[in-house]
Amino acid sequence: MNQAEAPVAGLSDYKYGFSFPDKSVFKPDKGLSEDIVRAISAQKNEPEWMLEYRLRGLKAFQRKPMPAWGAEIGDIDFDNIYYYAKPANQAVKSWKDLPEDILATYDRLGLPEAEKNFLAGVGAQYDSEVVYHSIKEELEKQGVLFLSPEQAVAKHPDIVRKYFGTIIPFNDNKFAALNTAVWSGGSFIYVPPNIRVEIPLQAYFRINSENFGQFERTLIIADENSFVHYIEGCTAPVYTTDSLHSAVVEIVAEKGARVRYSTIQNWSGDVYNLVTKRAVAKEGATVEWVDGNIGSKRTMKYPAVYLMGEGAHGEVLSIAFGGKGQDQDTGGKMVHTASNTSSVITSKSISKDGGTATYRGLVKIAENLKNVKSHVVCDALILDRDSKSKTYPYMEIESDDVSMEHEARVSRISEDQLFYLMSRGLTEEEASMMIVNGFLDPLVKQLPMEYAVELNRLIELEMEGSVG
Amino acid sequence: MNLKITNLKAGLPDKEILKGISLEVPSGEVHALMGPNGSGKSTLANVLAGHPQYEMTAGTIAMGNVDLTELEAHERARAGFFLAFQYPVEVPGITVGKFLKRAVELRRGEEGKFNVSGYITELRSAMDFMGMDQGFINRYLNEGFSGGEKKRMEILQMLMLNPNFAVLDETDSGLDIDALRIVAKGVNKLRGGKFGSLVITHYQRILDYVKPDKVHVMVEGHIVLSGGPDIVNELEARGYDWVKEMKK
Repeated sequence: MNQAEAPVAGLSDYKYGFSFPDKSVFKPDKGLSEDIVRAISAQKNEPEWMLEYRLRGLKAFQRKPMPAWGAEIGDIDFDNIYYYAKPANQAVKSWKDLPEDILATYDRLGLPEAEKNFLAGVGAQYDSEVVYHSIKEELEKQGVLFLSPEQAVAKHPDIVRKYFGTIIPFNDNKFAALNTAVWSGGSFIYVPPNIRVEIPLQAYFRINSENFGQFERTLIIADENSFVHYIEGCTAPVYTTDSLHSAVVEIVAEKGARVRYSTIQNWSGDVYNLVTKRAVAKEGATVEWVDGNIGSKRTMKYPAVYLMGEGAHGEVLSIAFGGKGQDQDTGGKMVHTASNTSSVITSKSISKDGGTATYRGLVKIAENLKNVKSHVVCDALILDRDSKSKTYPYMEIESDDVSMEHEARVSRISEDQLFYLMSRGLTEEEASMMIVNGFLDPLVKQLPMEYAVELNRLIELEMEGSVG
Repeated sequence: MNLKITNLKAGLPDKEILKGISLEVPSGEVHALMGPNGSGKSTLANVLAGHPQYEMTAGTIAMGNVDLTELEAHERARAGFFLAFQYPVEVPGITVGKFLKRAVELRRGEEGKFNVSGYITELRSAMDFMGMDQGFINRYLNEGFSGGEKKRMEILQMLMLNPNFAVLDETDSGLDIDALRIVAKGVNKLRGGKFGSLVITHYQRILDYVKPDKVHVMVEGHIVLSGGPDIVNELEARGYDWVKEMKK
């Protein structure tokens, strides 16, 4: 092979692996300390209460042990990470006002185009800060807030203080504590009562720097009888050393509200993706997580819904692709604390080239509840002998009037299936692709069209050259 | 087109199953291959279609002037070789319509310039011919099909792909008489021109509907007897024991 064409660490298929030189305007040294936390807070001109909260998060992070379960993450070197990098001096409202290389990045990711075609608002984060933000004027007039959390702290401290850290407390787990200490960027959404945001809002998270930690913080509040669909996308350059992405997402769906949160995570293969996502659904509210995990080196992410009001409904649709060197440890968590609540977790995972895909889920039903329903389905497809699939469906059920169903199925692409399709003229590669598409089809059908197309495309890229 | 198998030896890595098969089906003819269970009939069908599980250790396979010996399964299919499976495989999530469209497009070498509405018209009329409900177009390939429905689906695929040569591997097994008639009707539709076929069966039943030009009998990996259609009646009357004797 020609030297110049040699793939970088076997990741040459990853389309978003490019990077630009680091031109951060402020970037403290590697490693984490109280000084770093104070410096981040000072950069943001935060009120004292937020700094105090960050410092509590830092102490919890330092105190808490690494999780003793889940994906292998013991080799994260917390001292070799940059915890903050400010790419530009301020967020802009027009793409053309962005620094040239940042604009070029988003152009290559197709974000300005997507905004024109099917989004009602866009937030774009580059390393630590949101560099671009916009929302359609009519939504703004209806009182919908779509801001960076920093702006929200400055402009709407009352709402932020009421909800921030109430769904996922600062000491929930080691990585939520870390996020609390050094959080930067993310999204803040507030939808007033009875307002339906029919077109999705999107945030795009991009890491550019090497050895970087991105810690965005998202808070979504859907007031009574409102609706919002929020979409999150993520990519990063390919480096030979590791980066860390550790987000916290909190959602509150007030009485009768519905929130749909869709992620297609496509981090490069050197990112540890350790994210805490949790929602509270009040009376008659619905929260749906659509969680696609295609990229990253290790993912640990189990979107949760706490069903706390009667008639609340929660759903998790989880799609994971564990390829070479990857461990996708994903799933969902449903906690029922009210009667007449229902939940559905549907998980589809694919593992290939020695990768691992793990479903880990919890359904918890509190005492003395009536008429609670939960349905969990996990399907795994293993593409070759070197790859693994694991299933850990936990249940803690303390009421009697409960309908709990659980189905799990693991299948392999069989030689007979491949041969059957090949005997009709398909190459082995196309036959595998067709089987994978077929496996995902029932789930992909439930995605918004643009995302179904995007997901199919990503899976195709992952599958390319996989057979040989 | 004719199919010519010369001194074919093949089997699993540690077990030779086909021990030197030579067989020719001339262009435009339909031959039957009969034999007791375990004689290697299905192995031959799979080896002809290029199943990677089997290892070919000697011999050649040619279809018309195409040498199939070294070709992969999909290349054989595109060249016009077809295998109707004894046990058609279920492929969840892929509809019959979508799958067949791709297969037909590849067979005709019409990628990118394929006439989709023409294809759908053809598919619908082939389904009518096979007595199949149009609803099958949107069902997942073979998933939840009854045994008879799977076999009809094989023949439907054969009609759509219009092969030069088809091997039918025990397509008659597990079919009731009506289904058998319909399957036979499909095979007979392709007869007449250059289309050649090898019908593998354990019983004589299907041969009442698909009249073979010639019959071969296989025992323990060898062809022990070849001849006219009369052999069928003799097998029916006397069973397989006397041909097993012939091998010795």
